[in-house]
Amino acid sequence: MKRKAQLMQGNEACVEGAIAAGMRFFAGYPITPSTEIAEISAEKLPCVGGKFIQMEDEIASMAAIIGASLTGLKSMTATSGPGFSLKQENLGYASISEVPCVVVNVQRGGPSTGLPTSPAQGEIMQARWGTHGDHPVIALTPSSVKETFELTIRAFNLAEKYRMPVILLMDEVIGHMRERVELPEISELEIANRKRPGVSKDAYKPYKADEDLIPPMANFGEGYRYHVTGLVHDETGFPSNSSSVADKLVRRLMDKIETHKDDIIQWEEQNTEDADIVIVSIGGVSRASDTAMKMLRAKGLKVGTFRPITVWPFPEKRLQELAERVKTFVVAEMNLGQMVLEVERIIKDKAEIKRVNKVNGEAVYPEEITAVIEEVL
Amino acid sequence: MDKHEIRLSGSGGQGLILAGIILAEAAIIDGKNAVQTQSYGPEARGGASKAEVIISTEKIDFPKVRNCDIFLSLTQKSFDQYGKGIKEDGIIIVDHIVNSQSANNKIYSVPIIDTAVNVIGKPMVVNIVALGVLVALTQIVSKEALEEAVLDRVPKGTEELNKKALEMGYAMGENAKK
Repeated sequence: MKRKAQLMQGNEACVEGAIAAGMRFFAGYPITPSTEIAEISAEKLPCVGGKFIQMEDEIASMAAIIGASLTGLKSMTATSGPGFSLKQENLGYASISEVPCVVVNVQRGGPSTGLPTSPAQGEIMQARWGTHGDHPVIALTPSSVKETFELTIRAFNLAEKYRMPVILLMDEVIGHMRERVELPEISELEIANRKRPGVSKDAYKPYKADEDLIPPMANFGEGYRYHVTGLVHDETGFPSNSSSVADKLVRRLMDKIETHKDDIIQWEEQNTEDADIVIVSIGGVSRASDTAMKMLRAKGLKVGTFRPITVWPFPEKRLQELAERVKTFVVAEMNLGQMVLEVERIIKDKAEIKRVNKVNGEAVYPEEITAVIEEVL
Repeated sequence: MDKHEIRLSGSGGQGLILAGIILAEAAIIDGKNAVQTQSYGPEARGGASKAEVIISTEKIDFPKVRNCDIFLSLTQKSFDQYGKGIKEDGIIIVDHIVNSQSANNKIYSVPIIDTAVNVIGKPMVVNIVALGVLVALTQIVSKEALEEAVLDRVPKGTEELNKKALEMGYAMGENAKK
């Protein structure tokens, strides 16, 4: 990896971050606008002793990374909307079987095959509820090439720490954009690894959680007693129909993330101290929000920005605090209103909420945000 | 703040996205900030394609071109599709084959494709000839940085060919200025 200032693409930064985080297995089915992630992984993984497999489809890709992760390899797949839909079933499998892995979705226009080369943010709700049943979700949304590098590492760290799939929810704007970056030295990075069992091989129970609600994880095949299933299971991993086992498992899965929210949730805010109006956006749209804010500040208007870095879990507490004094929130997104539902749920009637929505395959432009704000005033 | 927005357009396959990458890399070599984005259809060849580059001495928030300072077009289709919204004092550079008109802007019409295809004899260097013309006319990056960036990106064994394409483009640009 070159260390000086360089021009790098978002998708390329994702692979650099993944390899720095320890990714040693990638299975995927290339799809625009995520293709470069597969392409560059295929080139780079063999150089670090890793494996790349192009699978027959997205469902198999998701299955393959679950299997590889169970044997101890940090694993990732990358896709876009149509593939993300196909991965939902196995995302649920990774959730209930608590297998760490990273799923990248570089969002493009939908539904279905939609607009292959154009940006969108239509999977904010799918990322949260795409797979059935109650399950926790961590989804990270980078808004620059450098942050794509950083958040890919964080996605692996959170997956390893909490034993669950983590979604890197990118969009075409960030995935395909190239910008000047200076990446940190590998030695400066914090890398997390899954908790290993502290008991003998025959005393090991793969789903017996510690006090932090996270079960230590042995590598499948190295001799620990092990059973993995998508069915509700007890601490041994074997299926169970018991209502108390089911209740305990599903609640623990949710509480595992709920009780560690403060460790997981991240956001960025700018100029919110005196803001009457706050623009809420993620990913590529945040770049337009930043410009819009500067244009309006230059006119003397008190405008700030709020950018969830973890769109799931959503930075709910902080948004509630802001709603105590901010008069208007403007939620800008490349869909017809998804994140705004979460903002409305959190803010209720404490502040006015305005929407900026776009689904024509183009990025949201700063002027589209300023126009809505100037209407408010 | 010193900020310039550049749009390169043509037909898919002419290498304009690579030209955008090279231009952005040259700006970084010059010590500036740069962002490159692109827009293209699902087809690999043909269709209108554009690459956009923003070069600035400061942080670049919004990465797409809104006030185009420099517009390059190598085909009629891309000129018609992307040639709107050029700044009043912006510069337009077109290939000879493009029938171009603009009330507000200075237009430079240069035989870029003809030079690549018939003079150099390699259609593939059309993007490098175009970069030479553009940089000679605008000085948006230094000539040295441009050459370094070109040589960093082109396939091994084609360095001399690309250097020649760059020089011929640059000379045509200088000439067009007169």
